[in-house]
Amino acid sequence: MDTKKAFFQGVSTGSPIALGYFPIAVAFGALAGQAALNWWEAALMSLLVFAGASQFVGVSMLLAGADAIQIIATTFFLNLRHLIMSLAVNDQMRDFPAAWKNFLSFFITDETFALLTLGDQIHREPQGPAYMAGLMLTAYFGWVSGSALGGLGAEFIPSQVTTAMTMGLYGLFIGLLIPSARKSIGYALIAGASMLLNWGLGHLMDAGWAIVLATVLAAVLGIPLMGEEL
Amino acid sequence: MNILWIIGGMALVTYIPRLLPALFLDRFQFPGWFRKWLRSIPYAALGALIFPGVLLVDRDQPLLGLMGGLVAAGLSFLNLHITLVMAGSILTVILVQFLM
Repeated sequence: MDTKKAFFQGVSTGSPIALGYFPIAVAFGALAGQAALNWWEAALMSLLVFAGASQFVGVSMLLAGADAIQIIATTFFLNLRHLIMSLAVNDQMRDFPAAWKNFLSFFITDETFALLTLGDQIHREPQGPAYMAGLMLTAYFGWVSGSALGGLGAEFIPSQVTTAMTMGLYGLFIGLLIPSARKSIGYALIAGASMLLNWGLGHLMDAGWAIVLATVLAAVLGIPLMGEEL
Repeated sequence: MNILWIIGGMALVTYIPRLLPALFLDRFQFPGWFRKWLRSIPYAALGALIFPGVLLVDRDQPLLGLMGGLVAAGLSFLNLHITLVMAGSILTVILVQFLM
């Protein structure tokens, strides 16, 4: 498999994520502008953090006058779910050179994780480093470029479009989950249990913690339910 | 200056959890139950990411997200490509917003 071709196939698979990210990133850049961040500070945050929800929360906290430690601690807890997702992605990258694993792990988001772990009906190629890099860097590009444009005061995207694209990312999750859930009742049970747990735990704790706990606990159901294959 | 420290701190505490599995996962030979738990994570995570978050697509209008989600589920049941599933949920939300 030719590396360049694999990379561009990754770009093509990742482009729906980039399209979904772009208008949300513009909205993020605009909000960052309100919190007195320059366009390049907004872009720098997206470039270095690349975790949408936590960036919105971080900038909102800045606006509300929170201090650095509070913002950084909140970011940590909100993004802790990526540790669990990274376990699953790295399980797929076992044979990659260490430098590739360290590099690609930076780009694990809810969406890239979902596409990489459950997109088997979409990937026509084995997922090598070049393919994954193409997919992840495309999503990254959509997020960073949108943030810069939003920070430059580009408020040309109406809020209805941002809402619609947020729905699009949920459409991505649903469209990835349902074909897998149809393959096996076990997968459907795990996902359904996780939904209920997340909903219940959401009443008791922050959304960030609820997602982490629901995922860790519902995946335990997989121990009796999962087949021995692999 | 302060903002650069905040960005640097956010970057660090976000990358470390993403990086840890890359550093440690292949050092261990895991028992079968752990491998099954690991392979269940995508299904569990997607469940938690979808619900109840999908109802908050528009915080004032939970029905909007519900309808978009049902359309996505319906299209996905018809085995349509993921891009079409996304497009269908986006169009539903645009249409409903337009009508309301």
